[in-house]
Amino acid sequence: MIDKVFYFLSIATVISATLVVVSKHPIKSVLFLVLTFFLISAHYVLLNAQFLAMVNIVVYAGAIMVLFLFVIMFLNLNKEIEQHKSLIPWFIAIISGGCFLLITMSALSKTELISSVEHSSSLGLVENLGNVLYKEYLLPMELSAVLFLIAMAGVVLLSRKEKIVDTK
Amino acid sequence: METASPEIFSSIPLTHYILLSTTLFVIGLIGVMVRKNIIIVFMCIEIMLNAANLMLTATSVYYNNPGGQIMVFFTMTVAAAEVAVGLAIIVMAFKNLNTTNIDLFNKLKG
Repeated sequence: MIDKVFYFLSIATVISATLVVVSKHPIKSVLFLVLTFFLISAHYVLLNAQFLAMVNIVVYAGAIMVLFLFVIMFLNLNKEIEQHKSLIPWFIAIISGGCFLLITMSALSKTELISSVEHSSSLGLVENLGNVLYKEYLLPMELSAVLFLIAMAGVVLLSRKEKIVDTK
Repeated sequence: METASPEIFSSIPLTHYILLSTTLFVIGLIGVMVRKNIIIVFMCIEIMLNAANLMLTATSVYYNNPGGQIMVFFTMTVAAAEVAVGLAIIVMAFKNLNTTNIDLFNKLKG
């Protein structure tokens, strides 16, 4: 039963990620990307990582995608910008990406994965993760707060109205 | 609270999760290489980040180590900051050049 759910979710994730790449319309790409994020959240639920599933929906599908949609509507990108319809870049990209996949999979086939580990079903719950986060990873946590501060200062600096110097 | 977790380890090997996340990563990579619209290139980078997140979560759950899920948490933090700064840069570039085609973003060439 659970393996059927996994394979269905995997195929749906790959298809919707492919549709993000091949859609002509940016809005359609954003909507398929939201679908991809929801399917990845379903994978997290399947993996018993409920906290990450919630955070994934809130942060990615909630915050980041709204930002993307807002910028697309703000810039009024409802038109096609790719004029030439050459297939050569697609061939080159698919061949090089396929080579990467092949190399990774052949490296994986030589790897021996350990399988005899005790599993606890409360690993992905917020209580357990919070304990680890605030005990062992306290410094990275504080540093990510500093990172957000710097990012906020950078965004404010970038979006300030400035004179465009014409160098023609 | 005994959930379905023991079943998934016996029925789905970790290799399948690695294959799935590598496939997602390659799809994002192809998008970054091919697409011309800078916003779609940015979305493909998000797909690649999510593929890495999925792999980290799967290995963390299969090895019963919470460090991987904490790493996913930090990846999401960095991705949120990156998207905010990146979209601000895109809006500024659009104001100056009036396009989102990355082939025309070559003004920094020395």
